[in-house]
Amino acid sequence: MLDRPETANTLTEIAGVRIELIKRGTGRPLLLLHPAIGIKSTDRVIEDLARSFTVIAPSHPGFGRSELPRAMTTVDDLAYFYLDVMDALDLRNVVLAGVSFGGWIAAEIAIKSTERISHLVLADAVGIKLGNREQRDIVDIFTTKQSEVDRLAFHDPKIAAIDHASISDDDAQILFRNREATALFAWSPYMYDPKLAGRLHRIKVPTLVLWGASDGIALPDYGRAYSRLISGAQFELIEDAGHYPHIERPDLFTRKIVEFVSHTKRRET
Amino acid sequence: MKIYSFSEQSYPDAWFEDAESLRVSLPNRHCDPEVAARLYNRYLDEWMLADELGLNIIVNEHHATATCMSASVHLTLAILARQTKRARLLGLGTPIANRSDPLRVAEEMSIIDVISRGRLEMGFIKGVPYEIVPANAKPVHVMDRFWEAHDLIIKAMTTRDGPFSWEGEHFQYRSVNIWPRPYQQPHPPIWSSSSSPSSSRALGARGYVVATVMTGYRAKAVFDDYRKGWKDAGRSQPAPLDRFAYMGFVAVGKSEAEGLRRAELVKSYLQTNTLVAEPYKNPPGFMAASDAAKLFQRVGWRGPSHQMATKGGKPLGSAAQGSVADTIAGGLMFAGTPDQVYDQVVDFYQAVGGFGHFLMMSQAGQMGHEDTVESMTLFAREVMPRLQDFHAAAQLAA
Repeated sequence: MLDRPETANTLTEIAGVRIELIKRGTGRPLLLLHPAIGIKSTDRVIEDLARSFTVIAPSHPGFGRSELPRAMTTVDDLAYFYLDVMDALDLRNVVLAGVSFGGWIAAEIAIKSTERISHLVLADAVGIKLGNREQRDIVDIFTTKQSEVDRLAFHDPKIAAIDHASISDDDAQILFRNREATALFAWSPYMYDPKLAGRLHRIKVPTLVLWGASDGIALPDYGRAYSRLISGAQFELIEDAGHYPHIERPDLFTRKIVEFVSHTKRRET
Repeated sequence: MKIYSFSEQSYPDAWFEDAESLRVSLPNRHCDPEVAARLYNRYLDEWMLADELGLNIIVNEHHATATCMSASVHLTLAILARQTKRARLLGLGTPIANRSDPLRVAEEMSIIDVISRGRLEMGFIKGVPYEIVPANAKPVHVMDRFWEAHDLIIKAMTTRDGPFSWEGEHFQYRSVNIWPRPYQQPHPPIWSSSSSPSSSRALGARGYVVATVMTGYRAKAVFDDYRKGWKDAGRSQPAPLDRFAYMGFVAVGKSEAEGLRRAELVKSYLQTNTLVAEPYKNPPGFMAASDAAKLFQRVGWRGPSHQMATKGGKPLGSAAQGSVADTIAGGLMFAGTPDQVYDQVVDFYQAVGGFGHFLMMSQAGQMGHEDTVESMTLFAREVMPRLQDFHAAAQLAA
């Protein structure tokens, strides 16, 4: 299960797990936690963010080429893993940014400890339950046709389309590792932790909630409600972007983070 | 050779309501409970007849589908445990990785075994991918959950000085102590189904009965893999033929034309079986990511399809599209006069290395009661005795 593509030499061992890690740029550290679709070193957002930060963008355990320890089965496990990663790399004043599923991990980290975190950025983050028991907040990607998922997730769904006939072996394998890991961590309850909403009040660092204006997977209203649960959080829409604003509008995504970080300071607590 | 009679207890009236999906998402407004009542009772009548004819019985389950109204192997077997007299009662099977409560499985199986006075054959299965969503079962680590459930069920059935506690990765119980304990000692025979080398070897290592369903001549590879697992577990004697089971369609008529007409009816299963909407076909983690990736590169999001081939390995195309002649050539269907059916089964048996259990889908879809009764009766009276003689001779020769 979750066998890795044969490129193990590109992996870095951190906190006891061999993971794929993108590191680029200079300046204060920005830990970027990717959504369920994974991250690539060629993603434009890496280059954009690297102009202002030292970007550290790991593939979560089980995603991309990163190995998955058998004991890791929950988003809580991933949150503790990244707390260990920040300790192991001795990162300080970290800008912690997560998109969608990565935003869920980021929130779970921040409720545990913000000792090494100066700013939190949640973009189209999932992870909390808002509606009643008969109302799903987040589109169920496991019961929705892929073309419909793409339509809902992207402002411009053409970006999403994957041609099965021309995809490389490596990319195909990563695509299905990412899907499997997503099911492992987010199958049921689907894309949320029932306890998270009640714990968000613990987050005391300046927080920016970014949301793709065209997000059809988790609607902007979900994001507004999310931001209201974190004291002092700022909410901003990104136009011409859906559920993955870092992919569709890497320029705006980067600019908003840079402005936010330069204009807000960590409150002393 | 033991012969088993199988029907999926389908609801054929709704088979053409939705061209895309008969499973998971077909609303139950298409199910008229009056029609369902008639069908359930009819299928039970046909199993009662099977019992009288000296056939054994196999029951399955699926969920949220018009292709199979049996939502619980245990419920159907519970009725048959009381109503039938002689038949072995095979459940193939209980999807134990999809059940939240394996202890309940152990209890219900034991009750069935006791009421039937030891006629239960206990099948534990992984199940098909489109059962994952209706069961709400996590598709990742499904086989780990399967084996933990299996271990707990066996321990519950064989512990005589309980209660015991169980604190596993997937299941936790503070007090396990089932009443009744099973009638057969130490527990009813265990079966499972397989179509992959790894699961065939795992079953061979444990010595359970392996059944392979409509796999045609690929059954030989399934059985050979089982034998590897059997031998690698350190057994010096070869695996006996009663460790092997094959399921195919059976349609018998007094004339060839009548048999082939019934074959068309029973084959309707193949046209509807795989009508499943895209997202349910291959949930993430159900198959290894590397295999899912290769499948995607071949067919995109369409998911796996059932391909047939002749004895010589010549492709016959998809089972869903195949003619009766194709399904006969592919070893999925045994149809015609009693003589023809006997010859086809014997030929197939020899090609795949033999098997001690023949599971015949003798009713499916739109095949009505009269046709089912006649086909089953012809098989039981005119094919089964000869097949059993043939099998006995083959075992002696081995």
